Amino acid sequence: MAAFLQFTFSGLTVGAVYALVAVGFTLIYNASDVVNFAQGEFVMLGGMVTIFLGYAGIPLPLAAALAVLITTMVGLALYRFGIAPARDASAVTLIIITIGASIFLRGMAEIIFDKRFHSLPALFGNDPIRIGGASILPQTVVVLASALLIVCLLWAFIGRTLYGKAVVATSSNRMAATLVGINTRTIVGTCFAISAAIGAIAGVLVTPITLTSYNVGTLLALKGFAAIMLGGIGSAMGAVVGGVLLGLFEAFAAGYLSASYKDAVAFVVILAVLFAMPQGLFGKRMVERV
Amino acid sequence: MIQKITIATLLIGLAASVTAGSAAAQVKVGAVLSASGPASFLGDPERKTLEMYVEDINRQGGVNGQKLQLVVYDDGGDANAARTFATRLVEEDQVAAMVGGTTTGTTLAMIPVFEDAQIPFISLAGAVQIIEPVRKWVFKTPHTDRMACEKIFDDLKRRKLTTVALISGTDAFGKSMRDQCVAVAPKAGITIAHEETYGPADSEMTPQLTKIKAAAGVQAVVCAGFGQGPAIVTRNYRQLGIEYPLYQSHGVASKQFISLAGTAANGVRLPAAALLVASKLPDSDRQKPVVVGYQNIFETKTGQPVSTFGGHAYDGLMILVEAAKRAGSFDSGKLRDEIERTKAYVGTGGVVTMSPNDHLGLDLSAFRLLEIKDGDWIMIPDSAS
Repeated sequence: MAAFLQFTFSGLTVGAVYALVAVGFTLIYNASDVVNFAQGEFVMLGGMVTIFLGYAGIPLPLAAALAVLITTMVGLALYRFGIAPARDASAVTLIIITIGASIFLRGMAEIIFDKRFHSLPALFGNDPIRIGGASILPQTVVVLASALLIVCLLWAFIGRTLYGKAVVATSSNRMAATLVGINTRTIVGTCFAISAAIGAIAGVLVTPITLTSYNVGTLLALKGFAAIMLGGIGSAMGAVVGGVLLGLFEAFAAGYLSASYKDAVAFVVILAVLFAMPQGLFGKRMVERV
Repeated sequence: MIQKITIATLLIGLAASVTAGSAAAQVKVGAVLSASGPASFLGDPERKTLEMYVEDINRQGGVNGQKLQLVVYDDGGDANAARTFATRLVEEDQVAAMVGGTTTGTTLAMIPVFEDAQIPFISLAGAVQIIEPVRKWVFKTPHTDRMACEKIFDDLKRRKLTTVALISGTDAFGKSMRDQCVAVAPKAGITIAHEETYGPADSEMTPQLTKIKAAAGVQAVVCAGFGQGPAIVTRNYRQLGIEYPLYQSHGVASKQFISLAGTAANGVRLPAAALLVASKLPDSDRQKPVVVGYQNIFETKTGQPVSTFGGHAYDGLMILVEAAKRAGSFDSGKLRDEIERTKAYVGTGGVVTMSPNDHLGLDLSAFRLLEIKDGDWIMIPDSAS
């Protein structure tokens, strides 16, 4: 029983990280149908910028705030110089642009920072909370709570504000949105900025658990992407549930089978879910009205 | 027509003089290193070390009156890329010798190229497969993973602990060290009661460690891996409150490991080269002047803390240079023979004495057993436990 509980906690820890990364994907997807593969680099930047500003003598809370700000700027720059000039291109082209941007950001980080692994202190220390013979780190709880908080804020933003409604309008029909007077370029740009900020916050919060280096973004983006496919692309709640489930699959596979098969098991489960529910757990069914 | 011929002749003449000029003054030493990518924490200090010392050697007039020219390629940790660069070093750059091959994977991929070309190749990678079976043109400077296993097992026996659990990374380093530990365990009187693995990029190892905690009879845990994985193993180990002694490998012998693992690293033991504890060595230690010298130069020039990996590159280059001095030339056959005759070379990794059967030349005394305490290393004397 203690083992089962420990596997669950382990799954929650990894899952919380995936969930927080996955949430960042949803907003840009909702606004522009683009899966932003540079999302992982936003996460990396959040962690790395905080760490290096910290090394430069800036107090960590301020460094974290600056890191989020800088990453937001990078997100805006990605939109302004990468996505906006190609706005008439298909979603696939835009996705390829984000892959290019991700490689570029990784290369820049390698040059500007360094190639080593770094860590940040956890918010509430490293003393594990022990429950029923198993233990969980306080930081895991922080990450999970943050993921849920971000989902709530996103939900409120999309559903309860005029600006959020404009995002929905832009996503469902850009031409019609323009016709009713929505500046769709500003909307999509804002979504890139917010996603970058969410990524950076994720980076600051998960670094005490996962550690970080210039190239952690790729793997995080991949796992986050798997999480949104499982949860249903475009749904923030789906991203969180998908991320946590993916983490749990991995932990139970590592615990009850073998660590060597954990990725394989996780992906087999995802495939099985997608066969039964191609739109993911929380995804909206695609309906083309003619 | 005549004009054309004249120009052609001129060009050929020019080309010939350029080649001849550089050949007389410079000898090319090749290096394929993983200066970027996942193994960059190994390759980066290696590259800096080689560049620093080649410059230094040239400033002092070179070797046998010839200046060295270092040709470095960065394979990014990719074995395929390493092999391509190795071929380029042989065919295009025509190097006299090669110091490099950061990881076991890249080294094994490059061995056939240098064996075919008959060019001395001093690898900086860990695994024992590089020099076993002995290959005519291949040498290496770092301690092997088998030595690390033996050193750890020695200490376990001194502490009267004989049943251990093993957790290893699924990368080349982890797999190779796991195999070596399993191979030497019976001879050392150690029983490996339980085995687990982790992926090199995993961020959570508590499920595996939970199983180790529950396994019957385990008295100590040995972790075989390098990079950030062992740091996470160490953190999770303390998180779960496992009480057995934890041993790490020489793969994490750097201050970076301590900073990543934080207070969880307290009490972790590992085998490592003398370089890590340079200033703590007794003055009577033969290696002390060498390691202190290297540490000072590396740390002043790069501003980074010294790691044993850069030390391996230093040893490789110095073994090569001393062999070239003894051979009196960079003729590949003579150079190879002299590298093999290296005797009592005091380096950062230990005292090297090679032979036709031993292209590493280190014994167990090259490893020091260290324990991490409050963010620093302390030496465990060989006689005490």
